[in-house]
Amino acid sequence: MLHVAVASRAFRRYSTYRAATVAGIFTNSVFGVIYSYAYLALWRANPSAGGYDSQDAVTYVWLGQALLMTIALWGGGATDDLAERIRTGDVAIDLYRPVGLVGWYLASDLGRAAYHLLTRGLAPTLIGLIAFRIALPSSPVTALAFGVSVVLAVVVSFAIRFLVASTAFWLLDQSGVKVMSGAFAIFFSGMMLPLVLFPGWLGTLALGLPWASYVQVPADIWLGRHSGADLASALAFQVLWAVVLLAACHGVLRLATRKVVVQGG
Amino acid sequence: MTPTAQGPAPHGPAALIEVVDLERTFDVRRRVEGRRRRVRESVVAVRDLSFEVAAGEMVGYIGPNGAGKSTTIKMLTGILVPTGGHVRVGGLDPSRDRVELARRIGVVFGQRSTLWWDLPLRDSFDLLQKMYRIPPQRYRANLDRFVELLDLGDRLDTPVRQLSLGQRMRGDIAAALLHDPEVLYLDEPTIGLDVVSKSRLREFLRALNGERGTTLLLTTHDLQDIEALCDRVIVIDRGTAVYDGSLGGLHARGGSTRTLVVDLVDEAAPIDVPGATVRRIEGPRQWLSFPSDASAAPIVAAVASAYDVADLSIQEPAIEDVIRDLYSRGA
Amino acid sequence: MRHLRTYVQIAWLWIRAAWQYPASFVLLAVGNGLVTGLDFVGLWIMFAHLRDLAGFALHEVALLYGSASLALALADTAISSVERIGTYIRTGRLDQMMTKPVPLLVQVCADQFSLRRLGRLTQAGVVLAWAGTYVEWTPLRALVAVSMIASGTLVFFGLFVGFSCVQFWTTDATEFANAFTYGGATVTQYPLSIFPREVLVGLTFVVPVAFVNWYPCLYLLGRTDPFGTPDAFRFASPLAALVTVGAALLVWRTGVRHYTSTGS
Ligand SMILES: Nc1ncnc2c1ncn2[C@@H]1O[C@H](COP(=O)(O)OP(=O)(O)OP(=O)(O)O)[C@@H](O)[C@H]1O
Ligand SMILES: [Mg+2]
Repeated sequence: MLHVAVASRAFRRYSTYRAATVAGIFTNSVFGVIYSYAYLALWRANPSAGGYDSQDAVTYVWLGQALLMTIALWGGGATDDLAERIRTGDVAIDLYRPVGLVGWYLASDLGRAAYHLLTRGLAPTLIGLIAFRIALPSSPVTALAFGVSVVLAVVVSFAIRFLVASTAFWLLDQSGVKVMSGAFAIFFSGMMLPLVLFPGWLGTLALGLPWASYVQVPADIWLGRHSGADLASALAFQVLWAVVLLAACHGVLRLATRKVVVQGG
Repeated sequence: MTPTAQGPAPHGPAALIEVVDLERTFDVRRRVEGRRRRVRESVVAVRDLSFEVAAGEMVGYIGPNGAGKSTTIKMLTGILVPTGGHVRVGGLDPSRDRVELARRIGVVFGQRSTLWWDLPLRDSFDLLQKMYRIPPQRYRANLDRFVELLDLGDRLDTPVRQLSLGQRMRGDIAAALLHDPEVLYLDEPTIGLDVVSKSRLREFLRALNGERGTTLLLTTHDLQDIEALCDRVIVIDRGTAVYDGSLGGLHARGGSTRTLVVDLVDEAAPIDVPGATVRRIEGPRQWLSFPSDASAAPIVAAVASAYDVADLSIQEPAIEDVIRDLYSRGA
Repeated sequence: MRHLRTYVQIAWLWIRAAWQYPASFVLLAVGNGLVTGLDFVGLWIMFAHLRDLAGFALHEVALLYGSASLALALADTAISSVERIGTYIRTGRLDQMMTKPVPLLVQVCADQFSLRRLGRLTQAGVVLAWAGTYVEWTPLRALVAVSMIASGTLVFFGLFVGFSCVQFWTTDATEFANAFTYGGATVTQYPLSIFPREVLVGLTFVVPVAFVNWYPCLYLLGRTDPFGTPDAFRFASPLAALVTVGAALLVWRTGVRHYTSTGS
């Protein structure tokens, strides 16, 4: 119940920036158009690259733009608040609260993600649908699985951002680590290029790293490239990373608590 | 113009700062309960403001929060473009000739530092020398003098972030003065400083004005700054000047009263003497107020002849009270 | 020229200041190097699937990519933190700068100067040099190449400065500007013939990034324009740069005069 309240407060907080939302949708759409033409040219030159056809490729572009803010690919979201509280030392108060810190920030980030999905996710998808006739999920099951996959994507992304923010406990400043983590996220999520295009071992590696759950896995589910047992294993892949990374968050937090206690906050 | 008890000394045509019917409004959008869209409204920060400052004057510019002090300074320095009236400083239009004017003025915003946070004070000063293109000899002489006067000698090589508030403020003031400005604007320079730092700063500013004739315009909420430094005060309220004159003249402003504190031997009914009224009673002590311009002698005599008096004292009106009085009447 | 010297002096101070936090400095440098490196790997992967893009061979696309990337890196280094002007307004830093006898734009551009684009600069240079070996050089082509980089830098400079001025009016909708600045930078990585004609018109007359590399590269490569635009366009980059920078400075001036500072 508390967590629902936290999430809905985050949702409302973001929804006050209406002009920013409209500006963001505009920008996402412009990039959607640019990448659509680029991918169309690419798939015209090689019509079956990565096993996608050109409609799949364009759909992939718009899904990427739609998920960009939802999964907070550039970093940011609730975890930036955490990094700030660590820097100022306010986090010491949080650590003594009876509510779990990870759960608290996760709820807040999910509230944010819900807002971004409904605005900056939905609007570009509609524009892509109208302007580039992107593919839609072929069945309700696919659509449902996509929804689950997006939630898992946010959780995985949250856990990574939480770990990045926690480095501030030791480094005081997360910005250097954040830039590095962002670089990996853009490359290995499939935001820069679909991971299905990655050749050989690089492709295998990329599809096994947690960032694959950001864009590649949800997009492939939407495109109907996973079904039956394959679909289950795609979702299980995300669940596995979510569990592992959240456990890591708890572990890091325990170390940090000890450090804060020793140093007296 | 504003009513002045003792108007400012008549200035020749060579007033350094000239402000005529100055006005500045801000368009702000405000969220209103029960409305979806934010409503636009315009806030008048400064209006009908006129004054002149001659070279070498030290002027205190005071007023309650939100009166328009900082806004005025921003227009005098060219940061903000006035929405009405006009300003001239040293013959220049600040907003139009801002870069040129910048060479001739110094500005210190009390709450914000202009120094480079991570670098030693000396580096900030060196960069300012380059920005203002101060001749090396002049620069070295000024730096030595200010370092000595402001007692910054052993701090020159400390990164600014490690300085105390008082040291940082002194650093900021030195930074604003290295290029020998004709005018120094100080927006709340003593904010957050302790008593010792404050008085040291005041001494410095007085010395500066004495040695170099630098004109000073100073906003503050600490009236001791004004009492220590300024021959002239401009009081601004709701964007417009409500008083412009000497500090002494402020005391004489109508409405202000002196207080006679009477300690009686025993508790008694309120003292009843002509020309004074009882304001407060605490046990045997009573406070009587009477107009500042009336003589205290007959009242004291009347009280002493009719009551058993243990002790008597007269309190001059505190400048704070006078100003509070001015603010509240400005409505 | 005088302002350039001040610019360099301020920039140098910032580099020294950044060195005060060596750990962050190194991490940021490595991080930015990583961004650039991975960007390049992405490009390489893309071309593993292609022999040409919209009729342009790899070395031709490399010429387009390298020149635009170099211009962007130069412009981005020069403007430092213009994009963050909204923060400067909020914190009152802009007020401080306005009381200094150096043009505001020079100060903002030099502020927080960093060499974070060093990686991109090197990478773009290498790509460009490689692509250059395929160009049949003539004196005029060399001249066009040099003017292309200079003009491209100025076009990007103008776009970033001009669109950052949005922040003088609103602090909410700043992302709007990214569509034109970063969007403009992104399109220049591809041969513009992948876009429909209307887009090219927009990229020529509205956000003139087509002059950053597309038109001059057509000349360097001795290719005919798939859209059949006049030949004069291939030499018009300096003009486009002048117009863009002129317009940006005008918007900047208007923004500064409109500037309302912050309360308190
Ligand atoms: N940039 C701005 N935008 C909108 N309103 C402003 C702005 N700057 C000032 N104001 C408004 O103008 C009025 C005068 O503000 P100003 O900062 O000049 O007051 P002040 O006398 O310096 O107050 P203080 O003693 O609190 O510093 C206030 O009502 C303030 O809210
Ligand atoms: Mg103020």
